[in-house]
Amino acid sequence: MGEARREIRFLLNGEDVALRDVRPDETLLDWLRLRRALKGTKEGCAEGDCGACTVLVGRLGRDGLTYESVNACIRFVGSLDGCHVVTVEHLAGANGALHPVQQAMVDFHGSQCGFCTPGFVMSLYALWMRTPDPSVAHIETALQGNLCRCTGYEAIVRAARAVSSYGDAGRDPLVAERAAVTARLQAMRDGRRVEIGEGRERLVVPASLDDLAAVLEAEPKATVVAGSTDVGLWVTKMMRDIAPVVFIGALRELQAMSEKDGVVTIGAGVSYTAARDFLAGRIPALGELIDRIGGEQVRNMGTLGGNIANGSPIGDTPPPLIALDATLTLRKGRQRRTILLEDFFIAYGRQDRQPGEFVEAVHVPLPAAHEKFAVYKVTKRRDEDITAVLGAFRLALGDDGTVASVRIAYGGMAATPKRAPAVEAALVGRPWTQASVEAAMAACEADFSPLTDMRATAGYRALVARNLLLRFFLETTGTPGPLGVSRYEVA
Amino acid sequence: MTTHSPNLKAQKIAGGVHTGQRHDSAHKHVAGTAVYIDDITEPAGTLHAGLGLSTVAHGVLKSVDLSAVRAAPGVVAVLTHEDVPGVNDISPSAMDDDPVLAEGRVEFHGQPIFCVVAQTRDQARRAARLARIDYEELPAVVDIRDLDADKDRQVTSPLTLRRGDAAAAIAAAPRRVKGRMRLGGQDHFYLEGQVSLAVPGEDDEVAVYCSTQGPSETQHMIARALGVPSHAVTVEVRRMGGGFGGKETQANQCAALAAIAAKKLGRAVKLRLDRDEDMIATGKRHDFAIDYDVGFDEEGRILGVDYTFALRAGFSADLSGPVGDRALFHCDNAYFYPHVHAKSVPFYTNTVSNTAFRGFGGPQGMVGAERVIDEVAFAVGKDPLEIRKLNFYDEMGTDTGRNVTPYHQKVEDCIVARIVAELEASADYARRRREIAAFNANSRVVRRGIALTPVKFGISFTKTEANQAGALVHVYTDGSVHMNHGGTEMGQGLHMKVAQVVAEEFQIDIERVRITATTTAKVPNTSPTAASSGADLNGMAAQDAARQIKRRLIDFAAEAHQIPREQVVFLPNRVRVGNEEITFDELVRQAYMARVQLSAAGFYKTPKIHWNRAEGRGHAFYYFAYGAACSEVSVDTLTGEYVVERADILHDVGRSLNPAIDLGQVEGGFVQGMGWLTTEELWWDDRGRLRTHAPSTYKIPLASDRPKIFNVALTDWSQACEPTIHRSKAVGEPPLPLGLSVLHALSDAVASVADNRVCPRLDAPATPERVLMAVERLKAEAAGAR
Repeated sequence: MGEARREIRFLLNGEDVALRDVRPDETLLDWLRLRRALKGTKEGCAEGDCGACTVLVGRLGRDGLTYESVNACIRFVGSLDGCHVVTVEHLAGANGALHPVQQAMVDFHGSQCGFCTPGFVMSLYALWMRTPDPSVAHIETALQGNLCRCTGYEAIVRAARAVSSYGDAGRDPLVAERAAVTARLQAMRDGRRVEIGEGRERLVVPASLDDLAAVLEAEPKATVVAGSTDVGLWVTKMMRDIAPVVFIGALRELQAMSEKDGVVTIGAGVSYTAARDFLAGRIPALGELIDRIGGEQVRNMGTLGGNIANGSPIGDTPPPLIALDATLTLRKGRQRRTILLEDFFIAYGRQDRQPGEFVEAVHVPLPAAHEKFAVYKVTKRRDEDITAVLGAFRLALGDDGTVASVRIAYGGMAATPKRAPAVEAALVGRPWTQASVEAAMAACEADFSPLTDMRATAGYRALVARNLLLRFFLETTGTPGPLGVSRYEVA
Repeated sequence: MTTHSPNLKAQKIAGGVHTGQRHDSAHKHVAGTAVYIDDITEPAGTLHAGLGLSTVAHGVLKSVDLSAVRAAPGVVAVLTHEDVPGVNDISPSAMDDDPVLAEGRVEFHGQPIFCVVAQTRDQARRAARLARIDYEELPAVVDIRDLDADKDRQVTSPLTLRRGDAAAAIAAAPRRVKGRMRLGGQDHFYLEGQVSLAVPGEDDEVAVYCSTQGPSETQHMIARALGVPSHAVTVEVRRMGGGFGGKETQANQCAALAAIAAKKLGRAVKLRLDRDEDMIATGKRHDFAIDYDVGFDEEGRILGVDYTFALRAGFSADLSGPVGDRALFHCDNAYFYPHVHAKSVPFYTNTVSNTAFRGFGGPQGMVGAERVIDEVAFAVGKDPLEIRKLNFYDEMGTDTGRNVTPYHQKVEDCIVARIVAELEASADYARRRREIAAFNANSRVVRRGIALTPVKFGISFTKTEANQAGALVHVYTDGSVHMNHGGTEMGQGLHMKVAQVVAEEFQIDIERVRITATTTAKVPNTSPTAASSGADLNGMAAQDAARQIKRRLIDFAAEAHQIPREQVVFLPNRVRVGNEEITFDELVRQAYMARVQLSAAGFYKTPKIHWNRAEGRGHAFYYFAYGAACSEVSVDTLTGEYVVERADILHDVGRSLNPAIDLGQVEGGFVQGMGWLTTEELWWDDRGRLRTHAPSTYKIPLASDRPKIFNVALTDWSQACEPTIHRSKAVGEPPLPLGLSVLHALSDAVASVADNRVCPRLDAPATPERVLMAVERLKAEAAGAR
């Protein structure tokens, strides 16, 4: 492994960057604007919700060089080692000719005040690279993390639909430079740990999973940062001191996904985007759920491990994973232990994780063919919103039509993601009928005493929790007609 | 930009009026090269300011210990109210109730108490948290729910409108309904937050680059706070990253603080609020409690109505008086009330002082009107659209006496019946209503709803003196034109429209006209760009300036060539002088050589309007803009979640100056109005703290919230009856209340759970929670009625 490197290296547009003086909590947005005077990237919210700061980050992975949209406002510079950062300034041609994405936005009147526009351009650019001829659903999903207050979006969607007719991908800078960028990024890889600064200035980028274990054993109070979609706000909003920081986003060993004997294992560093692609075909309900977590930028950064490790009562993935009897592998030094995910959440803000210990992987048993599984997320706004109530349901019926087993877990109903034991007990052994379900709905009160906050009142949460069980019943019993509202026709 | 070579054979200039043109900065928006205040290259040594905000909703400041703030890394200075050299007040309504920095007491959670200036913004923000402030907390009034108009404090004098005898008419009416509606406020959520950069000059001078809709008022407020004449202060803004009314008065605090700090320290100072601070410390759209009492006949014709519009003003007057007024001006929407009594009650509360927001109270008034229509419709058992049509003002060209507003202005340009009829046909309303009824009869969980609602919106500032504007136009010797006016660009395409007007006057391609930053040094004493007036006022002023120069050019050419003036004709990019054609550039060059002044200041004031507030009577509006929208929704009756399936809009902008830009205003206004009435919820806790102060908790519409099918059209047949700029009509605010159609479609869907017999009284914002609770309430009422 050799001696630690004392600088972060990455590519910024066409330029090699090596930084020795980067603070662990320095955001990419501030760095771009304040240190590099690249002012096309805007700050709209500094919490990863509005997308005005959207840039692309390219990384070498299993599939070669891939680019993803990210929120520069909550992305730390220290996490960019070995990456290619692409800002809006890189898009136009050398002669000032606009990129097809930009030209379409101009031609279709996709900007009014223009402040959000560079962010939209970058999100549409990422979409264009991945899906050159996108459907409206593709476009809307790609734009979940971009807010525009002027246009009402119609003109932007028109532009996005038209881009494919502008042609000439060959003129695109990232297409043209692909081989050269790949070579330059490969040349940056030296397999060494990166360490910069001391005390409140200290950041570490471990070289490997074993190195991470060693770092955390030596520095158990370090803040572990994967996608920084949560920790980013500790800095930009709470102004908390997070050093020393250990950046794990680049550790490939944490990004492994596999399936063996009906159990899917997902590394803690797998992004939502990657997990979605892997899970959607295996557990469709999880794929659909992930499409409604944050915006595209957040899904590209945020990880399944982070969603679990931060212990939030409104994290979206724990309830369905609990309902699926998922387990966690925790690691400290060389020691590993595996526990039920359900047992990981002890109380609000408290998890079963020792100092120096980290989440390594989550193991998700696939539902059996005869089992029915569903997840419902209820929010004020359909997309890019934090859960008011989320319900996850897994049911197996016996041959006689009675409930052989049932797992029900909710988010937003208690201080932690939590199972509903009284509801489950009211169902097991009973016939799967509306009468049984209504009796079980009443038992919800015994399981939960939800709170009132800015997202929902206690009364609404309790009512919705009950009704989601009813929806699950209606869906599993073939009730005709639409049983929920949907933006997209089911394919 | 390359040098433009004009087409001298063209039949028409490029970029004239009535043509769809791109936003002047579109190519810069998409490239990230458009410069906003925070992007301006900072002078060397620029310092950065942060605010210290109150942590209680109401209290006496017992002690303010800022020693730790001063000692924090990078801190250069800390300012309190004692550092304000002039008057510590920025009240736009001359009420002296809006301190720059709190003095002795705080009146809302988030009120700025001090301002810290440091080497970096990060240092300033961190230092601001270190203050030790001791409050003696006082009881706080947070909500207006239980306030009493006769007893509780109001921030300014209310307005009453009356025509006829409403009480008697209601009492004598065959049918009568009373009720109350709660209607939430709205955060502007301009993507660019409040920001100012102040650069100190010589003597008492200061230049302030500020994201403001009202540079003149910002200038005057800064001068007052600094205690210097207005001539010492220059305020400039090239563009804003959105305004929506939120930068009409709310920009002044950051501007004043940056200027005070810059003058005190002799260095440039920038103050840019964090999003959360912006949402906590600056004002929003007013929320309302609307009490109504309506009498009507069996057909559903309104005979008399009484409204009380109570609004949450916040801790100071700001613009709450005129916002309440405009709510009353629009409590009729498009409907004739034979007898009407309406009053506003601008309640004092210990919350941030609410302010202008696109529509300025008008949309809230219209929400009240449409609720009353729904009540009447359910009472007489008819489709609300039938009741709407039954109560419309007389259409232009007819006079049955049903054409006088509650403020005694005669409505002479009404085209709402035609718009609604055309939209009803193009949206296929009747067929879809039948289909929805059939669908709902067989659907267990999902219910559909449809509604078609009209808009009539009054155009003019009700503050008469605000209806004036100035412009400055220079023609250079190469024939290129520099254009400046008092309006500000916030994305609405104002600069492009005014440039089109100037290009049209001179008959030169739009590329010849340079759009320049709005500055108080070029055009003085301007009105804020507000009340949808930007193009109406500034377009006319710029036209006046251009015409003055054109007149001089004609005079010169006629004299030089010894021909009558009528034989000097401006053609595209050229001028026919007698029998000969010369280029515009050549005429300009010749005029310069002959010492003709090629610069002019233009001016405009709106004719006809007057308003007597004490009597509640006058010709408050120069004209009205009209529109209508038809929306259809699907509602999930298990959770209250919904989707807007389709919206159809037909909107009147007179003869559009720029149909491309106007279409964008209509689409964007609709979605913004829909957001206000659906998912955008401001939520204060019981201690008066706003808990929805960031996009993570405050949910404006996304691309995936806009209607799945969205058909938007401008009326291609309408034109302003008054001689407005090229017979166009204002477009900034009128489209916003088109979003009411979504609220009413949701209400229609909810009503279906009780067989459309009970008025859902769905309050706004109609979040999924409010929708579900209305569903439950109606189910219970329907069950109880059986």
